[in-house]
Amino acid sequence: MTSRTFDELYAVSDQNTPREELAALATWLNDTPLPELERRQKAAELAFRQLGITFAVYGEEAAAERIIPFDIVPRIFTAPEWQRLQAGLTQRVQAINAFLCDIYGEQRILKEGKIPADIILTNPQFRKELVGVRPPHDVWAHIAGIDLVRTSADDFWVLEDNCRTPSGVSYMLENREATIRLCPELFRMFRVATVDSYPDLLLEMMRAVAPVHRQPHPTCVILTPGRYNSAYYEHSFLADNIGIELVEAADLVVENDIVWMRTITGLVQVDVVYRRIDDDYLDPEVFRPDSMLGVKGLMRAWRAGNVTIVNAPGTGIADDKAIYSYMPEIVRFYTGAEPLLPIVQTWRCREPEALAYVLDHLPELVVKLVDGSGGYGMLVGPTATVAEIEAFRLAIIDNPQRYIAQPTLALSTVPTLTGKAVAPRHVDFRPFVLSSPNGVVKMVPGGLTRVALKEGSLIVNSSQGGGTKDSFVLIGKA
Amino acid sequence: MLSRTASSLYWIGRYVERADFTSRLIEATVRLDALSSRPAGEAAWMSALTVIDAVAAFESLGQPMVQRHAAPFLTLSTTHPGSILSCIEMARDNARSVRTALSREAWSAINHAWLLFSNHQAPANIGALLNMVELVQSDMRSFAGALSRMLKHPLTMFIQLGAAIERADNTARLLDVKYHILLPEGEAVGGAIDRDQWTTILQTVSAVNAYRLIYSEGLKPAHVIEFLTLRPELPRSLLSCAEDVDNLLYGIAQSTHLFAEADSLAKTRLAQLRRTSAREIIRGGLHEYLEDFIAQNALLDGAISRQFRFV
Repeated sequence: MTSRTFDELYAVSDQNTPREELAALATWLNDTPLPELERRQKAAELAFRQLGITFAVYGEEAAAERIIPFDIVPRIFTAPEWQRLQAGLTQRVQAINAFLCDIYGEQRILKEGKIPADIILTNPQFRKELVGVRPPHDVWAHIAGIDLVRTSADDFWVLEDNCRTPSGVSYMLENREATIRLCPELFRMFRVATVDSYPDLLLEMMRAVAPVHRQPHPTCVILTPGRYNSAYYEHSFLADNIGIELVEAADLVVENDIVWMRTITGLVQVDVVYRRIDDDYLDPEVFRPDSMLGVKGLMRAWRAGNVTIVNAPGTGIADDKAIYSYMPEIVRFYTGAEPLLPIVQTWRCREPEALAYVLDHLPELVVKLVDGSGGYGMLVGPTATVAEIEAFRLAIIDNPQRYIAQPTLALSTVPTLTGKAVAPRHVDFRPFVLSSPNGVVKMVPGGLTRVALKEGSLIVNSSQGGGTKDSFVLIGKA
Repeated sequence: MLSRTASSLYWIGRYVERADFTSRLIEATVRLDALSSRPAGEAAWMSALTVIDAVAAFESLGQPMVQRHAAPFLTLSTTHPGSILSCIEMARDNARSVRTALSREAWSAINHAWLLFSNHQAPANIGALLNMVELVQSDMRSFAGALSRMLKHPLTMFIQLGAAIERADNTARLLDVKYHILLPEGEAVGGAIDRDQWTTILQTVSAVNAYRLIYSEGLKPAHVIEFLTLRPELPRSLLSCAEDVDNLLYGIAQSTHLFAEADSLAKTRLAQLRRTSAREIIRGGLHEYLEDFIAQNALLDGAISRQFRFV
């Protein structure tokens, strides 16, 4: 792992020679005056603000908080880069689904001792009550958002798997619309693969995973917690673009283990529920009894095989940070092949030797809570103060099993408008991977690029001052 | 279509129409107040509150029934569910839950009215009050305009259906103002003030010139009654509203293939209105006729809720 930061346009940030395939972007950045770039950036912001108002819909101040900044300089992947990523993502997501089938089924991987049984069986994300359940077509994680980072021209790493209800896909699509509107000339310089088939792929997948007896014309819906949820905009955006109903819990009723939705012509049977509600709130009969967002009896209907829940309950075990470090074993076990996408080296503080190493090297490491998310509960050693490091040291010693540590990666940078000039900022990348029956995996060529807008910052989460960029995937020379 | 979606759209239609009506009622009352006897036009505000069934709610506040207190109650009150602000808030809340079923323009009109009213201070004088109600009417006109440009789809029809049901109710209530407001002592029926009260009612529905266009004999109470109840040319007449409801239900049934209680009630009501003459209405008592109509309209509203399973 190199300690020098890799810039995706210039290879090395302080150099002025762009990578050959992307030279046109450097020319564009040099030829377009800064005020013009800023004007377009403002136009994008305005368009997103209008969108933001429709998405948050509260008073103006609140809406303003909910807009995630969009940077107009795109991030570009070449065709061979994307092909590599696609192969690696396909393999990984196939393994994740096989893993979920196994641990909620025979548990071969535990019996063969490939990973320690207690790390699964005592994990709160593992839903014991689901052991023995087989969802329609044995697909569990229908939609996975895999977070990738890059450290050099050739090195991509999986930072995190998101197998519950990954969000952000509406930004992938809206960012592309904004780039087409504001920087149309870029699409003459580059042959960019389109991402707008995502809603079609999503619907195709939902239809394919419907219970067999309800095919070929199943009724699919998106289940939202409602208009007060921060991702409500994405929920309604997807429902509109797919052309299916956006339902709330009160719109659904379960009778005789069948899910129905209340429509103006009576009850209509529902076959596939793409839920944007966490497991805990999904069904008050099974999970949290105080949930007002859930549908009573949904789990009974699912167990009876009468409805497909996308993603299936219980998938949280596959993206748990404590499981992450075992992913190479998991990939090998189920695919019989070496992982195409590596994971970041991980010290599990539950292991005494690893703990000792971590405590000795805190200022160089990134330490994460195994059940933390959104950039919270995280220590970035190189940028932390001494007090922060010492506070983490005590917390880790108290509860070592709750922490993992990783080397601080030199995340790649991409030129970004910073207010004064165009400067390199760190990025990550979340493609969205769709799984259908029989191991069929599809994705659109693209994803969500998140960018840390603060100079030097490695935290790209929107809740922590991150923004987004359009992600171009180039079409290979014909 | 989800029942919840249909219900939200229907209530958007009702609340927007009701906000518009309340603003028109205020305009009419300000005018009647000016014409009224002592003390300080209490009768005018009493009649306004009576037609919208809000006398008890207002009296519970223990304030004198004058413009200074009644106008804020009808416009900006957050506790009175019939105030313009409450109506706009309810319309907006429903709109939010079915945001994507509305065009951007339709949403903006409601949101604009909400931004205006939720930050508004109580009107300092009559001029400010009239400006305020004019603004709300302008937003409601924008909403109606946006609606007419929306897809001819059951989604839109449910909004229009709610508006038509509400409009029928409101026209009946407006006409009933004339029953509740008493002529000042010594004023003759058919005298100057009586005539002015009838004119005010026409003004409230923006139909003074329209009336002159249809009736060449000048202002006659029997004509005004006929105009507001039975004339198909006037979009707010009871007959026009009944036609709209019938047409909209028919339009919705084209896609649901379902004819039920509401459809048959709407058709019966329309047939009755077509058979009725103004003379019959006046002979039987205008107030009684209007009360019956309002009750029938409420039955139809209930039938619509049942038929489309609003919860």
